[in-house]
Amino acid sequence: MTSRSVDREDPDRLYIVTGGRSRVDEDSIDIVSLIVSECDPTPGMQSEHVKILRMCTNPMAVVEIAAELGLPVSVVKILLCDLLDTGRITARHPTAAPAKTKLPEPAILKQVLLGLENL
Amino acid sequence: MDLKTSDRVTAPLRSTASNGLKIVIVGGFGVGKTTMVRSVSEIRPLSTEEVMTRAGVGIDDAAGVRDKTTTTVAFDFGRISLNDQMVLYLFGAPGQQRFWFLWDRLFSGTLGAVVLVDTRRVEDSWYAIDRLEHHGMPFIVARNDFGGPAYRLEDIRKALDLSEDIPLIDCDARERDSSKKVLITLVNHLYSLSTAQTGGR
Repeated sequence: MTSRSVDREDPDRLYIVTGGRSRVDEDSIDIVSLIVSECDPTPGMQSEHVKILRMCTNPMAVVEIAAELGLPVSVVKILLCDLLDTGRITARHPTAAPAKTKLPEPAILKQVLLGLENL
Repeated sequence: MDLKTSDRVTAPLRSTASNGLKIVIVGGFGVGKTTMVRSVSEIRPLSTEEVMTRAGVGIDDAAGVRDKTTTTVAFDFGRISLNDQMVLYLFGAPGQQRFWFLWDRLFSGTLGAVVLVDTRRVEDSWYAIDRLEHHGMPFIVARNDFGGPAYRLEDIRKALDLSEDIPLIDCDARERDSSKKVLITLVNHLYSLSTAQTGGR
């Protein structure tokens, strides 16, 4: 764990990026939800939204988007909620582990094993 | 992590990718988490962070962060495309105290965890194992070989107070095949737990 750029970031900037919001329905988007653009950026769009739309022509996980934008995951989730609400992106949510303490189905784990063995 | 985003080898996912999965590698500083992620990942490891607000910091009560309104937890990750639909994300996560306050937010739904152990600093792993048990997260333990004293695995099991049913293996995090074996051992362990739970289907 290192002291990273966001520690030194002017908090005002993160506040402006998210339009002052600090909470989002955390459960709606997972860090490995795969985001796909459903339209091209349009003039006048917030620059972070433009970047996300350009990045996600192929599916891209929320954490990858956060790493590319250099923004904290929770800030990226707020940006994604905006785009989801207006239908500009879709999200493919993980299906492996529906409940918190429940193990994934054996059938899913079999597929994971097969994929790893083929590496 | 010293990688800049410009270093990223662009490797877009397949358009059919639809199911993201998570495995977390937990361990102390310098134990080889990022090395392991790098050895099996199809992209160069990326780094991202999550911000914990004052509410979280208050609960955490870690010395030295009380005067800050936010604190940051950084973690590295890599990616393995398993098939046309499934993409496995591997996270290297710090085992420190404040990290665990973010576990539910970041890592709920994780398949399982690997605790990476450096035998020169076994005590670094105690807290991680305790927290994983607390979160009900299945895990295995892998000893990363640093060429230190040759403890037997049974001695390490004893030192970690690890029950017999939790797999404990040796690995070399720099080696792709060795890291792959660690992941396969974890998923095999999850598979037996899962079949036991669903009545041996």
